[in-house]
Amino acid sequence: MATAINQTSTSEEILRRPPAILYRWLGDKIFSTVIVLLGSCIILLAVGMAWLLYTEGSMALEEFGFFGFLKGRTWDPAVLLEFGTWPFLFGTLVTSAAALMLSLFPAVAVAVFSAEYAPRWLAGIIDNLVQLIAAVPSVVIGIWGIFVLAPWLRDTIYMPVYFWTETNAPGMMPILGNPMGYGMTTATIVLALMIVPYTTALTKDAIKSVPAAQREAARALGATRWEVIRMAVLPYARSGIMAGAILSLGRAIGETMAVAMLIGNKNTLPFSIFGAGSTMPSVIVNEFREAVENLHVSSLLAIGFILFILALIINLIAAFITCKLSISGGQTV
Amino acid sequence: MKSLRRRNIRDRVMEVVLMASTILVLLPLLIIIYHVISNGISAINWEFFTEELGSPSRAMQGRPTGLVHTMIGTLVVDFMALAIAVPVGIGAGVMLSEYPDHRLNPTLRIMNDTLNGMPAILKGLFAFVLIVKPMGTFSGIAGAAALAFVMIPIIARTTESALMSIPWTIREAALAIGLPRWRVVLSTVMPAAKTGLVTGILIGFARAAGEAAPLLFTSFGNNYLPNHWTGFIFNPVDTLPQRLYSLAISPYAQWHSMGWASAIVLLGFVILCFTAARLASRQKYQL
Amino acid sequence: MRSSIKPERKNNMYSIRLYITVICLAFIAVSCGGNGDNPGGQQAVPGSQQSSTESRMDILGAGATFPAPLITAMADEYRDETNNRVTVNYQSIGSGGGVRQFIEQTVMFGMSEAYLSDQVMAEVLEKTGGRAFNIPITLADVVPTYNLPGIDKGLVFSGELLVDIYLGKITRWNDPKIAGLNPGIDLPRTPITVVHRSDGSGTTNVWTSYLSRVSDEWRNRVGYATSVNWPTGIGGNGNEGVAGAVQNTMGAIGYNSLSYALLNNMAYGSVINQSGNTIEPSFAATSEAANIKLPEDTRILFTNTPAEYGYPIAGFAWMLVYENLDQNNAIRNRRAAEELVRFLIWSVTDGQKLSEELGYAELSDAAVERSMEMIRQLKWNGEEIGRNLLDGDRPA
Repeated sequence: MATAINQTSTSEEILRRPPAILYRWLGDKIFSTVIVLLGSCIILLAVGMAWLLYTEGSMALEEFGFFGFLKGRTWDPAVLLEFGTWPFLFGTLVTSAAALMLSLFPAVAVAVFSAEYAPRWLAGIIDNLVQLIAAVPSVVIGIWGIFVLAPWLRDTIYMPVYFWTETNAPGMMPILGNPMGYGMTTATIVLALMIVPYTTALTKDAIKSVPAAQREAARALGATRWEVIRMAVLPYARSGIMAGAILSLGRAIGETMAVAMLIGNKNTLPFSIFGAGSTMPSVIVNEFREAVENLHVSSLLAIGFILFILALIINLIAAFITCKLSISGGQTV
Repeated sequence: MKSLRRRNIRDRVMEVVLMASTILVLLPLLIIIYHVISNGISAINWEFFTEELGSPSRAMQGRPTGLVHTMIGTLVVDFMALAIAVPVGIGAGVMLSEYPDHRLNPTLRIMNDTLNGMPAILKGLFAFVLIVKPMGTFSGIAGAAALAFVMIPIIARTTESALMSIPWTIREAALAIGLPRWRVVLSTVMPAAKTGLVTGILIGFARAAGEAAPLLFTSFGNNYLPNHWTGFIFNPVDTLPQRLYSLAISPYAQWHSMGWASAIVLLGFVILCFTAARLASRQKYQL
Repeated sequence: MRSSIKPERKNNMYSIRLYITVICLAFIAVSCGGNGDNPGGQQAVPGSQQSSTESRMDILGAGATFPAPLITAMADEYRDETNNRVTVNYQSIGSGGGVRQFIEQTVMFGMSEAYLSDQVMAEVLEKTGGRAFNIPITLADVVPTYNLPGIDKGLVFSGELLVDIYLGKITRWNDPKIAGLNPGIDLPRTPITVVHRSDGSGTTNVWTSYLSRVSDEWRNRVGYATSVNWPTGIGGNGNEGVAGAVQNTMGAIGYNSLSYALLNNMAYGSVINQSGNTIEPSFAATSEAANIKLPEDTRILFTNTPAEYGYPIAGFAWMLVYENLDQNNAIRNRRAAEELVRFLIWSVTDGQKLSEELGYAELSDAAVERSMEMIRQLKWNGEEIGRNLLDGDRPA
């Protein structure tokens, strides 16, 4: 049966092999089982994490009620032992939303510039550098923020604004807050920088998926380069940009170390523009190793549970949008 | 009707605005790299790579001190994490792309994205409860597990898209010559998508290597080398991001510059992985 | 394209193999590195050295950041003294963390500037069948630090003034209340940035306990604990974080231990104590503050001390251990427990010599005596290894 053949390429060799039932049927069975098991690991991991955060946080959630915990404004681990997550939820939502607003235009601009204007070699460099921003460890950005950015912002921007407001609009002072350099604005600026790559990457994908016909049609009408972008490219890429923005928002919400190092860590409302604040991840990283009271630990884990829910919601929205995107793309092509 | 001239001017203005925005985004990156290097380079010397950290008084009295234990610890923890994450991540990616009709897939995809979007610190919490508490001590393996939780969703995602980019016709051709499905995946699809897979793994690795938050209460930290190499696995281990964090918030000027120096090492390590990933993916376009 | 099919496959295989080899090599290199740096880590070494390599031991402790420079320096010293036999790994994660990890049994000893509460003591008794010991290792003194360009150390504060600043009632450095205590100093109108610890901390405990003892308003609104609900200010992580934030922020006021302030050339103020004396922080004034009657378990806070020339913001830093060492999950065997006890004995006796050089006040004889009494009661499976080691070490 098996005659020796000197010249063997892989496929020929395989063709000559007897189609053993074991090799085919069992091999496929084992392989698919292993693959499904590995896949289920991820589901188990996610569900396990949610379950763990919920059970460990249930003490706090029962004590204050889910919405009571969400709305509670006091975080007092000493006297009252009362825990409410509103200050952190507020801090997270405000810094993330502000960072997104701050970064959206530049991020889209980078994508447009690299996709439509820049020559190929330059576009390659820009893309790599933007992706590199995402790869810079957040502790490195944090150490830079502590020693370089925060003092610089304080001296060149916050202090002049603060003194100007003091003489010209004293009513604004409480909103402005103490300009010590570490605070909401500094954290927002750093967050904005850190989430740019995510918006840019998805925007660029969306721009690339715009059919050439669309562009050519606009050009044929005599549109300038910018008019082509504005009328033909950007509207088409809108949902891609939105998906990118939402994923960036998710990134911003979850960012921990750089924020904890720069936001000033103040656990009581009201937060002010320049003043200190805190976010849900930052309070966890600051207090988890140190919390002594069981209720305190449980409250921190309950915050983790809320973060999980937020991440789930954001990814569901993003999945919904990308789903719509691919459908519309499929129809036109 | 606007005149052509005005429209052209507008076109130029927008080009300048877009270019300016690009510079605005990229400038901070270059500034960060500049500051990290200029602040840290003075603390990089032979001792930095060969001595243990010890107590802060060592640094202040000018006795030899360095981060050799941190660098070895980082490598051990990161590669252990990689060893855990690669099979799971690749497996899940294969499941998503090669068994597209599996009924778990929608759940898997959304759970994977949620996992990816979750703050890394929660993954550290999970590893703490899962490994540190039962073991009774902080350990390198707990840190590796936490980092693996960071890598897995990234690798799964990139594996899926790498495999998806291989045309179905290749699978059909392989099935047509009588290969069983598992051979189709292992010998045809995966080798073809090799560069994409490697890129994904390297990107996941680079991202996890920079994470400090999940390591704070898993691998914990250590000022010395362990007594025996198994100590890297079963005892508390120092890792660069976590050591960088504690050096940065320390009050000693000497430790600050060591912090900057470790930022150089960490940044260099991450950029190396990142560049490797880029080079690997560039190969794909050349072929 | 056509000609490239075969080489391409070869190339694929080759680089996968290369990739795997690189990973394997990295692993090998890493494990060799670990071995190489510890000569004799595994191999048998002839003679007396063998026993010493065999009994190599890591002791893991964590907790308060304030004594960290002292404890890590002790660790350095102790490692040299035992010929690398015992490595004490101490990570400064805050007093709250020390207590928490002590309860979670992930560390062999905790370290805290706040003594264990009655509730925790009761829990430990119930869980392990033995007490939790708070063994004084060193003295903590907390000083108000500030960053005002042109004004060196020596601003005078009173308890009430510090309370008003930390309640956010005084927001400017040129406030009349500050000026009143510091005549002749040209105070700027810079806004005051209050800096406090963001993590649970014994330094915070000492500081807030002082503020509580001088002000009813503080006691009722904020109270004292390792972390409290701060009415104002920004948080820095660790004693280190506060020092960093103060040094980087013009117009900041924070609180740090004296040794941190000295180490970093930070400006710090004097405080008016209960007897009305303006006390400049010093080791002597700190030791003086502790010159009061100690309870058996040393769980006492002597902030706002009645001692006439005592510095009013001071307290002990305690090492936390279980009476029944075998009940601690982190201590795996008897040898580990014995090494821990040896280190404990060394740190309250010979180790104390390192104190002054590093900016710490030495323990008083009374405190050392109390510590020894507690060490004697440490047990492994009911056997009093503390007493054995202590009395064995010192032949009568």
